[in-house]
Amino acid sequence: MFTPSHFTAVLLFALFTSVVFGITQRSETRAMIRYGVYCFCLFVLGTIAASWVMWLIKH
Amino acid sequence: MKVPSSKLVYSLEMSTAKATTKDSAAKPAAGSKPYPAGLILLAGWMIPGLGHFMQGKWIRAVLLFVSITCMFALGLAMHGKIYSANTGDLLETLGFIGNLGNGILYVLSVFFGWGQNVVQVVTADYGTKFIEVAGLLNFISAVDAHSLRLGRKS
Repeated sequence: MFTPSHFTAVLLFALFTSVVFGITQRSETRAMIRYGVYCFCLFVLGTIAASWVMWLIKH
Repeated sequence: MKVPSSKLVYSLEMSTAKATTKDSAAKPAAGSKPYPAGLILLAGWMIPGLGHFMQGKWIRAVLLFVSITCMFALGLAMHGKIYSANTGDLLETLGFIGNLGNGILYVLSVFFGWGQNVVQVVTADYGTKFIEVAGLLNFISAVDAHSLRLGRKS
């Protein structure tokens, strides 16, 4: 059984999802790469931000 | 009813231009006979990336195939749940629709009994989400291949 940490799961999810979003949501190669990277950063940074918000709520 | 000649010429030019654009977009990359749009949609749904591959976009096809298949496989490796139809629960039905997007991967998982019926550990919950999202991404991928074929996307 594969048991990744929370953060590893986030990174894997963000990677695969960003590749598909980049290819399907843009027409040119350069724009695809830029949009894929943008989505990846948003996924990862958004998760980190949400984690801190949850930590602040708890404390 | 009289139509001004300038308007008539304009509308004819517009319709010709539209037809030319649509024809050029529908042409396959290799110059051979194009596949029907419905077949490309179905193929893209059944096997991730096949819709793009049939149009000569093989790099995109490989990337889509690897991304969606890896996501599905990782979901299974995390002991994710495979939903079945007709459970009577709305959330289970939505999960089933998400899983159905995986096409042949879902058929194989049902046939060989892959995946779990009950989520017991935290990582299995991640796995369930991975499998569902892989299916939804494959829906997007298949529709993208269809749009490419119809010329809606350059």
